[in-house]
Amino acid sequence: MPDTNAPQAHDAAYNYAYLDEQTKRMIRRAILKAVAIPGYQVPFGGREMPLPYGWGTGGIQVTAAIIGRDDTLKVIDQGADDTTNAVSIRRFFARVADVATTTKTEEATIIQTRHRVPETPLKEGQILVFQVPIPEPLRMLEPRETETRTLHALTEYGVMQVSLYESIARHGRISKGYNYPVLVNGRYMMSPSPIPKFDNPKLDRNPALQLYGAGREKRIYAVPPYTPVKSLDFDDHPFEIERWTECCAYCGSTESFLDEMIVDDQGKRLFVCSDTDFCESRRK
Amino acid sequence: MTAPLLSARAVTKRFGNRVACQGVSFDLWPGEVLGVVGESGSGKTTLLNCLAGRLAPDEGTVEYETAVMGTVDIHRLSEARRRLLARTEWGFVNQDAREGLRMGVSAGANIGERLMAIGARHYGNIRQSATDWLERVEIDFDRLDDRPTTYSGGMRQRLQIARNLVSEPRLVFMDEPTGGLDVSVQARILDLLRGLVDSFHLSAVLVTHDLGVARLLTHRLMVMQGGQVVEEGLTDQVLDDPHHAYTQMLVASILPV
Amino acid sequence: MYVAVKGGEAAIAHSLELLADRRRGDREVPELALDQIDQQLALAVDRVMTEGSCYDRSLAALAIKQARGDLVEAIFLLRAYRTTLPRFGDSEPIDTSHMVAERRISSTFKDVPGGQVLGPTFDYTHRLLDFALMANGERPAAPTAPVDAAHALPRVGDILEREGMLEPPPTAEAGAPPQDITRTPLVLPAERPVRLQNLARGDEGFLLALAYSTQRGYGNNHPFVGEIRFGAVPVSFVPEELGFAIDIAEIDVTECDMVNQFAGSHDVPPQFTRGYGLAFGHAERKAMAMALVDRALRAEELSESATSPAQNEEFVLAHSDNVEASGFVQHLKLPHYVDFQSELVVVRTLRAEVEARNRQTALDKAAE
Repeated sequence: MPDTNAPQAHDAAYNYAYLDEQTKRMIRRAILKAVAIPGYQVPFGGREMPLPYGWGTGGIQVTAAIIGRDDTLKVIDQGADDTTNAVSIRRFFARVADVATTTKTEEATIIQTRHRVPETPLKEGQILVFQVPIPEPLRMLEPRETETRTLHALTEYGVMQVSLYESIARHGRISKGYNYPVLVNGRYMMSPSPIPKFDNPKLDRNPALQLYGAGREKRIYAVPPYTPVKSLDFDDHPFEIERWTECCAYCGSTESFLDEMIVDDQGKRLFVCSDTDFCESRRK
Repeated sequence: MTAPLLSARAVTKRFGNRVACQGVSFDLWPGEVLGVVGESGSGKTTLLNCLAGRLAPDEGTVEYETAVMGTVDIHRLSEARRRLLARTEWGFVNQDAREGLRMGVSAGANIGERLMAIGARHYGNIRQSATDWLERVEIDFDRLDDRPTTYSGGMRQRLQIARNLVSEPRLVFMDEPTGGLDVSVQARILDLLRGLVDSFHLSAVLVTHDLGVARLLTHRLMVMQGGQVVEEGLTDQVLDDPHHAYTQMLVASILPV
Repeated sequence: MYVAVKGGEAAIAHSLELLADRRRGDREVPELALDQIDQQLALAVDRVMTEGSCYDRSLAALAIKQARGDLVEAIFLLRAYRTTLPRFGDSEPIDTSHMVAERRISSTFKDVPGGQVLGPTFDYTHRLLDFALMANGERPAAPTAPVDAAHALPRVGDILEREGMLEPPPTAEAGAPPQDITRTPLVLPAERPVRLQNLARGDEGFLLALAYSTQRGYGNNHPFVGEIRFGAVPVSFVPEELGFAIDIAEIDVTECDMVNQFAGSHDVPPQFTRGYGLAFGHAERKAMAMALVDRALRAEELSESATSPAQNEEFVLAHSDNVEASGFVQHLKLPHYVDFQSELVVVRTLRAEVEARNRQTALDKAAE
């Protein structure tokens, strides 16, 4: 597959990017509210999409609302461009919108992602669209939406700090590995989506715009460029990211998130960059 | 002249046609423990919930003198302010400790929660404060990481007390704090409460049906029957020389041992 | 040397071809026609229309064919199509008292004005597999009585209501447009019209289980079937250009009025309360389950203690949608190896720390 594909004529049975213009306008209004209140979950009238809930409908609706003919779209899942979900979503947009697609991070204007932030640093003008399963960071501590809404409004986040304390008391360290909660702009607690905590520092003061879409739960939230995003911790148990002793077996990187592959029956392991574009560009 | 810490005026609450409490008025001064006694159905728990901001009275007012904001009508505060007061300046000890604890997290987390809620972020210090409080309520410090599900009823009650007092509240509401516990356990908790009230200069409103508890812990007493206050005064005077027939009946009913 | 697996695009394309092949099945067997599905699997079509929130028999039949008979998948297809349809307005509310009823029964009275009309139903069958159906034989047409379309069947509920024995149905604010939960997000706590919308398109199995639970004590509300009616009703619409209502369609619906536990007090005379269910086509089980759950969710409004799952509004409304549920449950099949890798790192670190502590303890012991 070539790195970048030119746009092809879109399927005329549907409006550009599938959603009708009213719906796109409704989503853009929600996005504007979200950008105005960093980290706050804005409810929106999410539509039924041709992909199932849980498979990226929130991210797809956000992308569909903002994408245009001048854009170049990259779609990744687990950091790779060719996992089945990324392929499926990229095919969807190629079919319903005539837009160029690419696997190269630096050439994309919109990057839709599931569970990773690209290793290549993003630039001003780029938009990162996250697919979010559970937008509410407190959901597993408090199942009631009526109560979590109140907690956010009153900045009552004690229950989350208690759960981190409990983790240290039980395991000696904070044991959350992904979907690690953050405080955005010093005000709202946010779920960064199930990215590994390795990627949390990339969210802090990123020059790109971050948009988060949860289709099934019908919430959109955002982090505008250059906004402070702080991972929760204790002063004497500061936040830290994952590290490997190995380096990437292909490109030698010691700085990227590595996938672990089991390559034979004896359990021999190989570690490879999760971000396929990053890895490839280092090998050129 | 200092203001009363808590002032109730004509507090009335109905549930449908039933009047749970009617026209209750009193002032509570700093350092005072006020007891509210009566049998079940007397309206004392309803009154307590109105005083603690948990129920809105149909008539009357409850005013509280805050640490820094002056006197406020607690039922006209925003929910945010009221919840903040409940977490910092007030405490509420439930009869069933399970209602006042997070049963699924450790004792340390339970005690540390109020500290974390107001911004404490040093794990070691929070843990140390929790340990100190376990000691004060006479729970073995090596139970710090255990969950209250592994505690006895008496220990859970002590933990609930610690969880409330860690923020050094000015006013504590207590609803039958020793109800449902073995007699010997009750005695020790009453002793503990008396000591804490003294050392921390706590003010409290204590609801109980047990005159012995009232005698031990309270300075003043209100006797409620059918939603009304039928007698009030200094605890010893009310219990030694009851005037109202209902109070006389209550006092006479204490089984001699 | 390990080579990374590529070719996701090609694999997907082949998977789609294989699926199309399996859907068609044995080429010797005649292909299913949509009108066969519409006519002979009519109840499947009814369910797909109801939970797909779209009344179109041939689209529902197409969805069932494309989904190989998986009704939740068919509902998903219909819903996704519905999203693309343009809206030109809201119809007038349908008036089921003008229904031409093929079936109408009541359990609250032995006989009711208009009679107990049995209609076509499984209720009086013996559940014995009929092997005559294997032979595809023709059956003689069933005898019918002439339908008196002019005679409206009075509702049992109205009769009870006139006596003051049954609470009146809730009325909407005059002129208030109905909130459409497919266009605006669900906000809790929800008003009853929003709840009813959610339940109408909710999964029949989920509602059935919740309804069943109320009958077994998880929030019992002493239900009686006041009335079930099934038949055709007109749909009317007021076009802007005309300014008056015209009938634009006729649809089949099943409606269930439950008569439930009376409410009242010392001063307020007691009345029976209501539960309501409505479905497209002939779907009594769905309409009845919906009515029981509707009534259960009114617990707070009727000052009853709400302790059971069927009475828990958030629990019921958040989990009733089978398209959402299916998507999220099945999304676990998507790759999660990055998050799993994070977990592996955490668990390995913790294990290393525990082992180090144990080794240290052993060393300390040995040193004593």
